[in-house]
Amino acid sequence: MRTHGARLLLRAGLLTLLALGATFLLDPYRNYQLATATGVFVAVAGLTLLVGLTGQLSLGHAVLMAAGGYGYALTATRVESAIEGTPVADGAGGWLLPLLAGVAGALATAGLLGLLLGLAAARLRGPYLAGLTLALVIALPSVASTVPGLAGEQGVRAPFVPVPDALAALIATEQWHAWLAIIVAACAVTPLVALRAGRAGLRMRAVHDDETAARLAGVDPGRVKAGAFVLSSLAAGLGGVVLAIVTQQVSPGAYGLGFSLLLVVAAVVGGLGSLGGAALGAVLVTLLPWVVDQATTALPADLGHRLAGNLEIALFGVVVIVVTVLRPGGLADLFPGRKHAPEQVPST
Amino acid sequence: MRTALLSRPRSVGTAAVLGLTAATALSACSTPAAAEVPGVTDDTVVIGTHQPLTGPAAAGFASISAATAAYFEYVNANGGIHGRSIEYVVKDDGYNPATTQTVVRELVQEDEVFAVVNGLGTPTHSSVLDYLDQNGVPDLFVASGSLTWDQPDEYPGTFGFNADYVTEGAALAQYALDTEPDAVVCVLGQDDDFGEGILAGVELAVGAGKVASSQTYSTADQDVTAQIGAMKEAGCTHNVLGTINGFTALAVGTAAQMDWFPRWHVSSSGADHPTLVEYLGADVAPVLEGLVSVNYLPNSPSSEWYELFSTINDEYNDGAPYTGNTTYGMSVGYQFAEALAAAGPDPTRESILAAVESGDLVGNGVAPLTYSAEDHFAHRTVRVAVVTDGVQDFTDDAYTVSEAGAVAVEPAQVPLENEGIPVTD
Repeated sequence: MRTHGARLLLRAGLLTLLALGATFLLDPYRNYQLATATGVFVAVAGLTLLVGLTGQLSLGHAVLMAAGGYGYALTATRVESAIEGTPVADGAGGWLLPLLAGVAGALATAGLLGLLLGLAAARLRGPYLAGLTLALVIALPSVASTVPGLAGEQGVRAPFVPVPDALAALIATEQWHAWLAIIVAACAVTPLVALRAGRAGLRMRAVHDDETAARLAGVDPGRVKAGAFVLSSLAAGLGGVVLAIVTQQVSPGAYGLGFSLLLVVAAVVGGLGSLGGAALGAVLVTLLPWVVDQATTALPADLGHRLAGNLEIALFGVVVIVVTVLRPGGLADLFPGRKHAPEQVPST
Repeated sequence: MRTALLSRPRSVGTAAVLGLTAATALSACSTPAAAEVPGVTDDTVVIGTHQPLTGPAAAGFASISAATAAYFEYVNANGGIHGRSIEYVVKDDGYNPATTQTVVRELVQEDEVFAVVNGLGTPTHSSVLDYLDQNGVPDLFVASGSLTWDQPDEYPGTFGFNADYVTEGAALAQYALDTEPDAVVCVLGQDDDFGEGILAGVELAVGAGKVASSQTYSTADQDVTAQIGAMKEAGCTHNVLGTINGFTALAVGTAAQMDWFPRWHVSSSGADHPTLVEYLGADVAPVLEGLVSVNYLPNSPSSEWYELFSTINDEYNDGAPYTGNTTYGMSVGYQFAEALAAAGPDPTRESILAAVESGDLVGNGVAPLTYSAEDHFAHRTVRVAVVTDGVQDFTDDAYTVSEAGAVAVEPAQVPLENEGIPVTD
């Protein structure tokens, strides 16, 4: 197990370095897109394990991202104003302390909400859990405008994380934010890879395949399901942190029903249970709307307006159908080296 | 399990390499060469905006950018400004702050715009305020009256277009008191900067704590029965509304259903008569009779600007229905053209900001613009309009608002010159 662990860390390190290096090849706008896709990737990674391994379908993962985003923004802003004027604020601590505190705040908020949902998830099956999580997404705008401090539709500002002085001459803000996104992603996804491959992953599969058999083998399905839900909530929360850092804002509009369903699309298209697939799916759902937008602007304005917003949703539907028909294992299945059988699609 | 563990990172690696290659190819083919002044060439100036062309706010505001674009076409057809034609890139953000962030980055980094002009909405534009500031992009004439845009120290490049909401609230309440000294003034406001600004203005005029009932609504909830009921209970006679068009119609309609007909005093952002009639339907529209509003633009059928804009609207905007949004959109266009003309024959981002701050711009409003280095708001004077026999037109009442309150003044409409094209010399 130890060599596996070391190998995993080595691979994670190499991949992270590769991704950091890749940012030098991109212009600022593409780095912004990369950072956004990375944030989505982190959330989809958690979701794909939840759905692929334990068979629990969450349609409300956007809310868990929002919980992370709000937790980050509120905590980081507090800390930023607390250290303002003190000597700490002058150096790197000025942005690093709020950032770290924000991440802790995000993990706490998303984890807590995830735990509550997880407890319910342990008792609910398929469509009922999907319905519960769906209700959350729909309630988000009302919650944001009712709870004081969340500032309704306008949302909450998150502190701007400036490029450190030492790097300022070298990289642009967007590239720096892409770096932060990649580092958060590495910290969030590596543990997921380890869990997936280890005993926890085995227990989750056991619960998914046959709860009674799992119980006979001494596995508590309720605990495994709730645990898996909390884990994937933490990942979603970190995804929210990334988006909050990149856009310096958290608002309910960013985490609507459409976005929540896109996360599911990314997981399904990428290949349920596959983390590499989650990365592909995240890139797809981030880039496709932009590509469609580029295409519609070439059309006459009238037609373009009518198609705007609708065409991409239709396209996503088509992509999902094509992928599930041709490659039930998702895009991850297209690549050699995946020798084991594809994960089972959840029986919802 | 072993194979799974060993094979997984390899497929991640493959994916990463593939993604990297694709990204490189993409960036290589689309990175534009850096211009000296972004967006400015020998014969064009490219500017951009974010507008709600789809989504919940589209019905109320989508026609603004079309009007602005039509005005620019008119200017371009007549030789442009300093020989340059103005190219206006309009991006749809669906009134969703998250989308605004994406489209504004596209404008700045992909389209390399010279400036962002008239970005619409308080929640939407707030989300890109820091971004534009950090990138030194002039953020001209934001379509919102939130006080956020008037922070010259923090956001030196940001200027508001609307009269700020505090000014409007104070003028509306002062007019209520001037016409009816015993008025019981109440407020219904949107639960954001808009409603708060209007309330602050009303309190400036009637005195803090003297508002009989102050209610708020959320755009997420299409029902104001509870709020209107509470206002009726409180015995309000004059209701000041900090509402967008849809909710003005909803408030007036709901009150009419309760057989309650108080005086309505509505902010310019939600008082466009043709739009309200469309919302209410022709048979309910008579309840709008006597509706009081304020405006800072020549939005009156008797104004010479209105006449010119109608002609431009027919010729360059496919004869779209003329509404308050048409006046608004074309006035935005005129004001930008004036700033660009004042920025000199070789405009830079610095020179256009200096031109706006110089105080030399007059605009086309009911009083000359009030921009200065210390004040990034356009209008401190608003004029009262009343709906009479189904026509919304100005009265002779106007108010200038300062921290001391609203003071009645004579309106001083900026006259039309040179066929509405700023003179360059």
